[in-house]
Amino acid sequence: MGAANADKYKSDGTAAGGLLEWVDARFPLLSLWNDHLAKYYAPKNFNFWYYFGSLAMLVLGLQIITGIFLTMHYKPDASLNASGIPAAFASVEYIMRDVPWGWLIRYMHSTGASLFFIIIYLHMFRGMLYGSYRKPRELIWIFGVLIFLMLMAEAFLGYLLPWGQLSYWGAQVIVNMFTAIPVIGPDFALLLRGDYVVSDATLNRFFALHVVAIPLALIGLVAAHIMALHEVGSNNPDGIEIKKKKGPDGIPLDGIPFHPYYSVKDLVGVVVFLMVFAIVIFFMPEGGGYFLEYNNFFPADPLVTPSHIAPLWYFSPYYSILRANTVNFFWIDAKLWGVIFMGLGVMIFFFLPWLDRSPVKSIRYRGPLFKGALVIFVASFLILGVLGTLPATPGLTMIAQICSILYFAFFLLMPIYTSLDKCQPEPERVTG
Amino acid sequence: MSCDDKVDCGRRRLLVATATVGGVAGVAAAIPFVSTFAPSERAKSAGAPVEADISKLAPGQMMTVEWRGKPVWIIHRTKEMLDSLTKLDDKMADPMSSRPMQPGYAKNEFRSIKPEYMVAIGICTHLGCSPTEKFKTGAESGVTDDWQGGFFCPCHGSIFDLAGRVYKSMPAPDNLEIPPHVYLSDAKILIGEDKKGA
Repeated sequence: MGAANADKYKSDGTAAGGLLEWVDARFPLLSLWNDHLAKYYAPKNFNFWYYFGSLAMLVLGLQIITGIFLTMHYKPDASLNASGIPAAFASVEYIMRDVPWGWLIRYMHSTGASLFFIIIYLHMFRGMLYGSYRKPRELIWIFGVLIFLMLMAEAFLGYLLPWGQLSYWGAQVIVNMFTAIPVIGPDFALLLRGDYVVSDATLNRFFALHVVAIPLALIGLVAAHIMALHEVGSNNPDGIEIKKKKGPDGIPLDGIPFHPYYSVKDLVGVVVFLMVFAIVIFFMPEGGGYFLEYNNFFPADPLVTPSHIAPLWYFSPYYSILRANTVNFFWIDAKLWGVIFMGLGVMIFFFLPWLDRSPVKSIRYRGPLFKGALVIFVASFLILGVLGTLPATPGLTMIAQICSILYFAFFLLMPIYTSLDKCQPEPERVTG
Repeated sequence: MSCDDKVDCGRRRLLVATATVGGVAGVAAAIPFVSTFAPSERAKSAGAPVEADISKLAPGQMMTVEWRGKPVWIIHRTKEMLDSLTKLDDKMADPMSSRPMQPGYAKNEFRSIKPEYMVAIGICTHLGCSPTEKFKTGAESGVTDDWQGGFFCPCHGSIFDLAGRVYKSMPAPDNLEIPPHVYLSDAKILIGEDKKGA
């Protein structure tokens, strides 16, 4: 796209115009503005589901800003202070009770984590509704799944920092999963922990990864996600390519400039989101035990596991898949199968662009087979999510096993049912 | 690598060789960084043995001591508790302790040096939670109706008997680990060492 000199900004004679001309001659300001905002033509038929991309960026920004302020008071230190409380746990209490407005920043960060996952899950569901992962948007989708993976890592690492009971035992369980890997597993878990148990060494490295390494990776991946999107152009609820119908000026007939049309529309989404965000922070910051778990208000005790440990809600579908594996088969024990299927449960999203063989992209023109499959998939994902927060009983384990099979069947059978499906013809131009 | 008139093949070869050597150096430079993830010398030296005084441990009771950051249980088993163990053999995944989860001197039907005192690391062999004691027998325990007493892991539901043996078809693949330990006297156990005064 590299702007030629002809595209460079010419001053209109005012002082501001002169400054802009001076900058634009030295930095591609105008071409960046045009390529990504003022002359980025997005389909005119975006609906409700298209708010979640910009909202995800907003929450990423909020998490980074609140995170910076939290690190100014937080101490990644597992040693006991004079009152016998681990310093890390005490520093979070200090933020909540003694730092002016510290409670607000901390609740913004902890609530932001849960809302981030709600937004990301809805954003991914939008992609599945309208086939946004299909050719030529496979790389956008792959960058997106990588962002999802990084986000899970970021949330897991951050959850250790308050050094509460669930922080400690959650990290213990997740790190021990790696011991299931044959041969290298135990040594790899030792490298992750930096000690023979989850300890101060573990807390310090999780802190470093949580505040520096993963956020940098996230920002880089988000940039790649958006650059790939702006290279091929946005999909839309009809799943047709607006670039196929261009006017004499070379602009897609169904495209409108992102700025001001969608920048203003997204502002509405931002305002509604901030209202919801404020309601949660001020009136239900613990989210009924789902956003902040009650057992985490006790400092980590390496000698006693809480009687019921559950992961935060956004990991619970995958935790259910882990727990559903109770059978040893093919000479591999259930423990390793659990870890394998949990990993595959996330990784399988990478292959979605190649599993879908449907001639159409959008749910609007798909046949009953895909629609039914999607409903079953979403239902099994939600049921797995609920089960993951409950104690395992033989009956519930059976339900989790059925839902795990349905979850994987959605992906593995997709090449079959999408080719058999009776689709409707796509329209020439975008509809309403 | 194609070599036509416009490419100086000598320089191209030099470039490839330099880049390869540089790449090897770059990979080698990762070694010290990755090595910092390993346990430090301080962490390695922190595994000192601990002494436990069992003189006040009543029959049917258990106590917990911390060794290497892990809970170590000492259970004073009664005659009935010991009798229950043999009855359970066919329900156990590894009733004879054939897998290497204990030192040689604890490889017996009670998995202990003295039958009445059980010493075990209270960490589930599945994913590392600490199981909860369920010493009450029968339906009262809340585990099973014919429960003989043992341990229940709250994380993924594995159950163990009073010798730390895991039941069949549980998420946990192995019996609870028995740490190296030695009796310093009738009332004192040293955990983490096999030999007195070593």
